Amino acid sequence: MRDKLEKYALRSILIGYLIVLIVAPLSAVYVQGFSLGLSNFWKTVTDEMALHAITLTIRLAVIATLIQIIIGTLIAYVLTRYEFPGKRYLNSLVDLPFALPTAVSGVMFLMVLTPNSFVGQMLDSIGISLLFNQSAIIIGMVFVTFPFIVRAVQPLLENLDEDQVQASYTLGASKWRTFCKVVFPAILPGIIAGSLLAFSRALAEFGVIALISGNIPMETLVASVYIFGQIESFNTEGATAVSVVLLTFSFLVLWITNLTRRRGDI
Amino acid sequence: MRKLLISATWFLFILIIIFPISFIVTGAFEEGWSGFIEALTRPEALHAMKISLYIVVVVTIFNVGLGILFSLELVRGNWLARWVKPVINAIIDLPFAVSPVIGGFMIILLYGPETVLGIFFASFGVDIVFALPGMILATMFVTFPFVVREVVPVLEEIGEDVEEASRTLGASKWRTFRQVTWPSIQWPVVYGAVLTIARSLGEFGAVLVVSGNIINQTQTVTTLVYQDADYFNVVGANSLALILCLISIVTLLVLDGLKRRQEVLRSEHSSEGSV
Repeated sequence: MRDKLEKYALRSILIGYLIVLIVAPLSAVYVQGFSLGLSNFWKTVTDEMALHAITLTIRLAVIATLIQIIIGTLIAYVLTRYEFPGKRYLNSLVDLPFALPTAVSGVMFLMVLTPNSFVGQMLDSIGISLLFNQSAIIIGMVFVTFPFIVRAVQPLLENLDEDQVQASYTLGASKWRTFCKVVFPAILPGIIAGSLLAFSRALAEFGVIALISGNIPMETLVASVYIFGQIESFNTEGATAVSVVLLTFSFLVLWITNLTRRRGDI
Repeated sequence: MRKLLISATWFLFILIIIFPISFIVTGAFEEGWSGFIEALTRPEALHAMKISLYIVVVVTIFNVGLGILFSLELVRGNWLARWVKPVINAIIDLPFAVSPVIGGFMIILLYGPETVLGIFFASFGVDIVFALPGMILATMFVTFPFVVREVVPVLEEIGEDVEEASRTLGASKWRTFRQVTWPSIQWPVVYGAVLTIARSLGEFGAVLVVSGNIINQTQTVTTLVYQDADYFNVVGANSLALILCLISIVTLLVLDGLKRRQEVLRSEHSSEGSV
């Protein structure tokens, strides 16, 4: 009897924990969102500033992901296929952007790009500014999503059948052709999974962007910073509506990621 | 071609990671050692460290303890209907997909001073939002998946046979856990715990929203870095950022060591099996 009681107590605690910690707060956003009523919700989301923030975030996240696909695949390729001095250190360094607190990364890029630093002056002299504009946001997004594609592609490259690559060479294919016809198809699932993760992280990023984007409405204000601004000015409606859109988008990406992962298993 | 690709890789690492980090170091020591030390021993910095430490300890204890129990029930518990498990699995992943700002906002919506729950807790004199409990809740939300995600696959892999044997031989539940289950999950638990510690120390967005960032009250190290940067206090921001950066590097080294250890154990295990 006591045993049973203990069991039920434990189970209720665990389920309760899940509800209090995750389910209830997430539902609170949606409940609040629906309580606005559909027309009100639509009006808040299509508010000029909110809509601009949402589309800007999606557009820049796509660009950052595309950049990441190129450099991530390149780095994964070099780190698995070549031996060279310092490789081990670089390999451990891949995860640093993920491990670094985002406020720290933000301060870091602020220091690099500020007009007072020599980098800032150098860029200024050739007429380029990378701070407080959209390129700053892309830099921030590329930095925080750095590990995702590398880590998704690496294991696939390690498992790649060396014989196939050699066979392709023997049959007279060029390096580039071998990459396109043999290597690329093998790592494509990793690139897709990694870029979905990178995309959802770029959508959600707040710390780095808040510090280096300048947060200018209609120009460099991204969705997460918009939400923060609305919370600060006690506009719950605005914060909720954009949160619902951003959350739904992230959940969709998560769902697609899980689908592709499951297909990859078979 | 080979040389070109390797140089391109080095170039990218230097450009994106190594070079920017060097700016934190120079920023922190702009006014020499004394400036660095002074920035770290400011009263608000010391207070922020205390708050951060407090959050890390409480969150880690809760999420490791309950994370282990959760994983055990999720893998071994046959009381859950079959369709419930994938649902719970999906729920566990959700915190990873949620923007940290929304993570904090949720807690304001649920426990804010004007909500039912907020008023309920306030009647006992407990404030959740703009106070420590809310910050702990937000951090717990963000770090919840780490331990569970590490332990569940291992529990699934080792299977139930040995545990059943132990139980059949008359060992109590607790003894079975301690002598059979624990040894195989202890390193995954440590790995998850290190991730939890690192993330709860570094969490910024969720904590910023929930805490209100009140100096000497609810300010953590990361939100103080943000405030310093906002007020152009270069040495202050960079000194704290440098400390956080060093902690991140140590964390990575520890995780790397743990991973290598697991690989060695696994290869020993498999070679034994083949003999």
